[in-house]
Amino acid sequence: MKRGLRKLFAAAEEVLSRVFPPAWNPLLNLGALGFFFYWIVVISGIYVYIFFDTGILQAYRSVEYMTVDQWYAAGIMRSLHRYASDGMVVVMMLHMVREWALDRCRGARWFSWVTGVPVMVMIYVSGITGYWLVWDRLAFYVALVTSEWLDAAGIFGEPIARNFLSVEHLNDRFFTLMIFLHIAVPLVALIVLWVHLQRITRPRIHPPRGLAVGVLVSLLVLALVHPATSQGPADPGRVPADLGLDWFYLPLYPFYEKLPGPVTWSASLVLLFLFLSVPWLPPMRRRRPARVDLANCNGCARCFADCPYNAITMVMRSDGRPFAREPRVDPSLCVACGLCAGACPTAMPFRRRAELSPGIDLPDATIRALRERVHAAAARLVERPRVMVFGCEPGVDLTGLGGPAVAAVTVTCAGQLPPVFVDYVLSRDLADGVVITGCAPGSCLHRFGQAWTEARLARRRDPRLRRRVPDERVRTVWAGPLGRARLEAEIAAFRRALAALGETPPVAPAPVSRAVETADG
Amino acid sequence: MAEVLRWLGQGLVYALAAAGVGWFAQNPVWHNFPPDRARLVLALVHGGARVEACRRLSYEEIRRLPPSERRPSTCRRERRPVRVQLRLDGRILYDAWLPPTGLSGDGPSRVYAKFDVPAGAHCLLARLEDRGREDVFAWEREVTVMLPPRGRLGIDFKADKGGFLFHNLEARPGCPS
Ligand code: HEM
Ligand code: SF4
Ligand code: SF4
Repeated sequence: MKRGLRKLFAAAEEVLSRVFPPAWNPLLNLGALGFFFYWIVVISGIYVYIFFDTGILQAYRSVEYMTVDQWYAAGIMRSLHRYASDGMVVVMMLHMVREWALDRCRGARWFSWVTGVPVMVMIYVSGITGYWLVWDRLAFYVALVTSEWLDAAGIFGEPIARNFLSVEHLNDRFFTLMIFLHIAVPLVALIVLWVHLQRITRPRIHPPRGLAVGVLVSLLVLALVHPATSQGPADPGRVPADLGLDWFYLPLYPFYEKLPGPVTWSASLVLLFLFLSVPWLPPMRRRRPARVDLANCNGCARCFADCPYNAITMVMRSDGRPFAREPRVDPSLCVACGLCAGACPTAMPFRRRAELSPGIDLPDATIRALRERVHAAAARLVERPRVMVFGCEPGVDLTGLGGPAVAAVTVTCAGQLPPVFVDYVLSRDLADGVVITGCAPGSCLHRFGQAWTEARLARRRDPRLRRRVPDERVRTVWAGPLGRARLEAEIAAFRRALAALGETPPVAPAPVSRAVETADG
Repeated sequence: MAEVLRWLGQGLVYALAAAGVGWFAQNPVWHNFPPDRARLVLALVHGGARVEACRRLSYEEIRRLPPSERRPSTCRRERRPVRVQLRLDGRILYDAWLPPTGLSGDGPSRVYAKFDVPAGAHCLLARLEDRGREDVFAWEREVTVMLPPRGRLGIDFKADKGGFLFHNLEARPGCPS
């Protein structure tokens, strides 16, 4: 199922990428859109609260006033408030499913998932209390079903549902509690969202401007064309029936209404427990976290800058060598993506020493082993022009890609490949061209694998690709799990282009004695 | 041209998303209650009589209590269960002994129950017994109720207001026989 979903997302992203510029693709901005909707909800909420009457018997009239008499301002704000809340649920759910499908909640990344679950619950509580405040027929329904459900737990003394027996039973204090919850719960959710992002670096919490404008304009149009309305005043003398439920917030209410309390309670608790245990279902064999080798570390902090998970901190140097700092890996945060090794200037395949050991490396997928695999793969290349493909493990399936002209080498993430390997492959004449492939554009499992790779190859970010490497012999193909055919087509095209270029230009042998590659080589 | 198509495509995506949000925010309608029925909601909280009346302590008993707890009389606080019965047109709709709440059985008895019945005129007999007697009801009230389709009649009980109370819909005393 995960596989299928992953393909579905990749396909949808691909379709959207045909009309949206890459950065604006809504599916690549789900978390950021969640925040954007949140702010719209807050601002419109403050506005409607000005006109909202907090008495239970007056609330309905005040909301009607906004919708009918002041449709041009408070009415629009009310619609924005409702539809942005719905939009938030949509992007939150898509975001959750996508992070799950892309395995972004596994291993050390459990934290964002487990903090996401209470956020989801709180967003639902906010929406449900929101519908309560309108005190129309739907609000009455929500109040009845919610309180009957809470009563079924048997933890409250007097049945709460009795508060809704008749107009005489209604009380303002309970209504005030709902208003309080409707304001307090989203604020707490915001705090938990902040925690949600603690373990990743540079979270994107603002959508690109173009996308934000598009979303806001569509919300405004929707608010004008189809304003949010109430469904008639609440009447305890009538069973609330034939309601237009908000299926984003209330999809479970029919179940809560119709099924016995013990069933819905146990189902809810089991579901909650399942949600919380998703990161460990099924348990994953984890690679060991990155390890620092101080003897080869010069304290340049590139690993620190490139780690997407806040797993590295730079601390006081401890080995007496004349560098100010050294990296320290927190094993509980490290997801073993290898981006740090790809960033380390001492990950130098040119080193002649048997001991090729960068300052930081994955014990279960070392740079030395990578060089050995490169040599083994190159040895099988017999047909020119030869192409060496580096592909990331999660993003593309490389099985069966290799042949007399094409060699495939897997890396943990495109970002694990130090750019100097490209230079190494070409200047040692191991191949005539290099292709780096991985997850679909913007969907890097390890968040920044693509971004850092592109920046390193374009010589915009350390460690940069040496200037002497001819750009026409290097290609990136962000194929993704669906892109095998595209990858093969691109490789074929690349080989034709290489053939047109002729043989690998002879290059001066690399200065093997130097231990550390300088930025520009 | 391609550029224009891309903008149109974006517009289409936004329009579809907005239409989806707008539609599912209030559709499809949830048909949760048939149009020809009505609902009785029984929701009452009432404490049954104490199991045992208060009684004076003997001098010996008082002497045996710790000094700070000495008092002239003692009351066992447990309550009797309360029996509630609803009959609609002579047919028993509900009949239960409700146990007292609270860890030591000293709290009031409670019930919250719903009954869906055909709309129309009905004779409703509500009875309650709070002293633990079999086949005797200390409180009872018979009313004729006109239940409109989807009407919701609230049935409560307050001893200090004369017993059963009927809310929301008209309930005329007595039934035509
Ligand atoms: C409205 C609610 C939510 C908002 C606004 C939100 C926002 C975000 C943002 C901005 C990111 C960072 C994306 C990036 O830059 O890479 C993120 C990551 C993530 N979120 Fe959420 N989120 C929400 C709810 C949830 C829920 C309900 C779950 C799951 C139960 C969840 C699970 C995750 C996971 C697993 C990650 C990835 C962490 C990683 O890359 O290691 N989020 N979220
Ligand atoms: S492998 Fe390196 S970059 Fe990846 S999480 Fe661990 S320390 Fe960070
Ligand atoms: S990138 Fe390498 S050399 Fe630089 S601080 Fe990290 S481990 Fe040390």
